[in-house]
Amino acid sequence: MGREVKKVEGITKESTQQMIDEALQAYPEKGKKKRAPHLAPNDPAGASACVRSNRKTVPGVMSARGCAYAGAKGVVWGPIRDMVHVSHGPVGCGWYSWGTRRNLMSGKNGVTNFAMQFTSDFQEKDIVYGGDKKLAVLLKEAKELFPLAKGISVLSECPVGLIGDDINAVAKKMTKELELPVIPCNCEGFRGVSQSLGHHISNDTIRDYIIETRTFAEPAGPYDIALIGDYNIGGDVWSAKALLSEIGLNVKATWTGDGEMERIAATHEVKLNLIHCYRSMNYMCKVMEEKYGIPWLEFNFFGPTKIRESLRKIAERFDDRIRENVEKVIAKYDVQMKAVVDQYRPRLEGKKVMLYVGGLRPRHTVGAYEDLGMVVVGSGYEFAHGDDYERTMPEMPEATVIYDDASEHELERFVHQLKPDLIGSGIKEKYVFQKMGLPFRQMHSWDYSGPYHAYQGFPIFARDIDMAVNSPTWKLVKPPF
Amino acid sequence: MSNNLGLTVKPVTPTSPEEEARVAAWIDTQEYREKNFARQALVVNPVHCCQPLGAELAAHGFQGTLPFVHGSQGCASYYRSTLNRHFREPAPAVSDAMTEDGAVFGGQANLHEALENAYALYKPKMMAIFTSCMPEVIGDDLGAFLKNARAKGHIPKDYPLPYANTPSFSGSHITGYDAMVLAILQVLTEGKKVEGRCTGKLNLLPGFDTNTGDYREYKRILDAFGIPHTVLADISETFDSPNDGTYRQYPGGTPLDEAADSINGKVTITVGPYATAKTFAWVKESYAGRHAALPLPMGIAKTDAFLMKLSELFEKPVPAALRAERGRAVDAMTDAQQYLHGKRFAVYGDPDLLLGYVSFLLEMGATPHHVLCSKGSKKLEKELQALLDGSPYGRGAGIYMNRDLWHLRSLLMTDPVDAILGDTHGKFAARDAKIPLFRFGFPIFDRVNKHRLPLIGYQGVIHMLTEICNRFLDLRDDTCEDRFFEMMR
Repeated sequence: MGREVKKVEGITKESTQQMIDEALQAYPEKGKKKRAPHLAPNDPAGASACVRSNRKTVPGVMSARGCAYAGAKGVVWGPIRDMVHVSHGPVGCGWYSWGTRRNLMSGKNGVTNFAMQFTSDFQEKDIVYGGDKKLAVLLKEAKELFPLAKGISVLSECPVGLIGDDINAVAKKMTKELELPVIPCNCEGFRGVSQSLGHHISNDTIRDYIIETRTFAEPAGPYDIALIGDYNIGGDVWSAKALLSEIGLNVKATWTGDGEMERIAATHEVKLNLIHCYRSMNYMCKVMEEKYGIPWLEFNFFGPTKIRESLRKIAERFDDRIRENVEKVIAKYDVQMKAVVDQYRPRLEGKKVMLYVGGLRPRHTVGAYEDLGMVVVGSGYEFAHGDDYERTMPEMPEATVIYDDASEHELERFVHQLKPDLIGSGIKEKYVFQKMGLPFRQMHSWDYSGPYHAYQGFPIFARDIDMAVNSPTWKLVKPPF
Repeated sequence: MSNNLGLTVKPVTPTSPEEEARVAAWIDTQEYREKNFARQALVVNPVHCCQPLGAELAAHGFQGTLPFVHGSQGCASYYRSTLNRHFREPAPAVSDAMTEDGAVFGGQANLHEALENAYALYKPKMMAIFTSCMPEVIGDDLGAFLKNARAKGHIPKDYPLPYANTPSFSGSHITGYDAMVLAILQVLTEGKKVEGRCTGKLNLLPGFDTNTGDYREYKRILDAFGIPHTVLADISETFDSPNDGTYRQYPGGTPLDEAADSINGKVTITVGPYATAKTFAWVKESYAGRHAALPLPMGIAKTDAFLMKLSELFEKPVPAALRAERGRAVDAMTDAQQYLHGKRFAVYGDPDLLLGYVSFLLEMGATPHHVLCSKGSKKLEKELQALLDGSPYGRGAGIYMNRDLWHLRSLLMTDPVDAILGDTHGKFAARDAKIPLFRFGFPIFDRVNKHRLPLIGYQGVIHMLTEICNRFLDLRDDTCEDRFFEMMR
C-alpha cells in the first residue's frame, strides 16, 4: 500500500542534519562519535532503521533510561495484580518502582491485589553470606500473610546476581513446599543496556514457568483472544477490552495490565494474540506462535484513524459476524469522534509536537496527534530496537528528527531549534521543558490522567492535549515588567 | 503434564467472593497482627529508601554541582524520577552507566569516560560522586579511580570531585545524605581553615529535609535576628526555582566558596542530627567556632530552643518580630486546641521528623499513639520515649522501630486512631482504616505545593495546625447528620 509521504514546512534533511551536528558539537570527540549514529533525519521510505539503537548508554550523558529490573518489575511482572512480586535485594529498587507506573488494578489491596512493595531489604550481612536462606523464609511469610496470592515472583536486583545467589533453586524448592508457583526472574539491573532486556527476560520466565499450567474452565470459542502488552495505564486495558468485547471478541487474558496469573497461564488456548506494545511483548507472541500456532497481530488504539484501521485489520482475522460488528462500531463511534475532533481541532491545528518515550508511543501516538490537526516534528525512544525504528519511520514526516536514547543536552538543543508547542515525554524531562515555558504531557503515565486507548480514551487524550497546549498559565511565564 | 517448576495443569479458578471477604476480614484481626509482627525476612511497604537518593539530594544543595552516580544507569533514573515527582522540578544528574562488562572489569573506564563527557556537556563547577550497589559489591576503589582520572587528564587536577560510598544495602537515604554532605564539605574546606579568621557567620546543617519552605523559613528567622549565615546543602532554590521561561541546570545551592569558608564560621548548628550525625561529628573536630546539635525545630518548644540557642550563641535577644510570631502561633494553638485535644494519631517517617511530629502533637494535647520508624535505632527509641513520658498525652503510646507500613496497617486495624501523619505511601493504609492521612515529609507524590509550606518554626506550627484542624472540620461537615450541621464549628 503506497503511503503518502508527510512533509513539514521548513524541515529538510539538510536543516535537520545541521541541527544534529550542532548538538553534537558540545561532546568530546569520543562521545560525539558514539552519539552521532543515534541521531538522524527521518527517511519514511527507508529500508532499514535510520538510527542505531539498543547500544550501551554513553557514560556521563544524562539519559532517561532505566534498567532490566525496571523493565521486569515495572512493566511485565508488576502489573499482574494477583501475585506477590518480591524485589529481591536492597530496599531502593522496589521502593522507587512502587506505585509509580499507574498500572491500575482491580481487587482488594493486600487481599486479592498486591500493588505493594515487597522486598528482602538486603543488608551488608546478606551480601556477605548470601540471601538464599532469607529468601526461603520470606516466601513462607508471604504465603502465610497473603494466602490468596496466586503466585510469587522473585525479581533479582544487582547484588543478587553479583554475589552468585541461586534464586532459581530456592524458587523450585519453595514452589513444591508452598504448593504455589514461585517464579525466579534474573533481571539484575546491570544486565543489558536498558529496561528492554528486562522485558525479554521476564517474557522468558513466563514462557518457562507459567504458560500452559492452566486451562480455561469454560469451553473454547472462535472469538477467544488475548490482549498482550497493554499495561492499563490510567485504565487503558479497560477501555481497550470494552471495545474488543463490543466487536464480539472474547478477551480471555490481559497481559499484563490488571493481569491475572492463571488467565495468563491459559493463554495458549486462545485463537489470536493482539499486541499493543510490540517492544515489551513481541517475544511472547512469537513463542506462542511457534509453540501453539497462535497467530498474532499488532494494533494501535490511539486516535480514531488508527483505531479504525486496527479494527478492520483485526476483523480480517475473523468471520463476517465480526466484520459486520466492526463496521457498525466504527460507524457508531465515528460520529462521537468527529464531535471530539470538531471541538478540539480548531484549537490545536498546526501545533508542533516533539515526542520522546519508551515502548510504542513514539510511533503509535503520531496518528492521534494528527487526528487533532497537530504535526509531530521529532520522535524517539529510550530503549527501542531497530524494528521499532523501522515501524516509526513511515509514521513520521520526512526529514523530521529521530533520536535514540537522547541525552538531555540533545533534547534541549532540538527544542531550542524546533520550538515545539508541546512536548510529550517522561517525568525526568517534564520540568526541564516547563521551566522553558513549554507545554508538556507525560506520555509514559498520561500525566495522572487517562485512559488514552480506544474510543473511551480519545476524548480524554484530546482534552488533555488541549489543556496542556492552551492553558492560560503559559502566557503568564513572561512578566509584563 | 508438568512444566519447569513441576507444576501440573489445573483449570483457572477465580477466588470466590466468600473467600475474598473472609481474608479481607482476617487481615484486620489481632490474630493477623501477631502473625504480621512475627515476620523475620519479608519487608512490606517500607518507609525508607536507599543511600544514593540522599546523596543526590545533598549534591543538589551546592551551587553548580552535578550529582554523579557511579553505577548502573537505571539507579540514576530512579533517584531522579523520585525527586522530580516530589518537588515537581528538574533533578539533573548523570551516571557512568555501568553494565555487565563493568561488573567484570570494574567501573574505572566508565567513570573516566563519564567525567569527560559530563564535564564537557553540563559544565558543572563540581561533580559530587556517589555509588549505587554494583560497584560496591565488586569492590571498586573510587579514590584510586579518581586519582587516576586526574593523572591521566580526564579531569583538571584541582577540580573538586568529592565522593561517597553509598551502597543501598546499608543505612538509608538519611545516611547517604550524611555521607555526601560530609564528603563535599571535606573537599571544599580542605586547606581553607585560617587561624584567627572568623567569618562571623552561622553555618546551618538542615539534614535530609525535602521541604523547600523550611529552608526559606530558616533564612527568614536568621535574617530577623540579623545573623549572617550559610545554609549548607541549600536545596531551596534548586528545587523551587522560578518559572520565567528559561531553564537553568543549576538554579541554586550553597555557593562553593561560601561552603569552603564555612570552616571558619563563628557557629555551626545542625537541626537534623540524625541525618547529619557523621558530618556533625567531623564538623566538631574540624570547624572553628562553636557547635550545637539541636532537634528539628518543629512545634513551639523545639522552635523556642532553636531561637534561644541562636540568641545565646550570637548574644542577641530574640527579635520582637519573632516574639510576636510565637504569640500568634500560640494564639492559633489555643484557638484550635479543642479540635485536636484527645485525638489519636499514628505517625511515621524519618527520625528527625518523627521527633518533631510527636513534640507538636503533644503540645496540642493530641496523642501520638503509634510511632513508627522503618529505619530506627535504640537511641531514637529512647529519645521518643523520653518525649512521650514528658507529657500525659504520651501515655500508652507504642513505639515501633524497624517496622513497615504493613505493620502500621495492622496497628490501625486493631488499635484505631483518628488520623495519620506521614508521606504519600501511607494512603492505602489510611483508606483501609477510613481515616485522614496528613501528608508531611518525603515523598509527597499526590498533592501539590506541600514542600513549599514550612513545617519548622512558628510558621510551621500554624501551617500544620491549619491543615489538620480544618480537615477534621471538613470531615465533620461531610459526615454529620443534617440536624447537627451548623454554621459555626
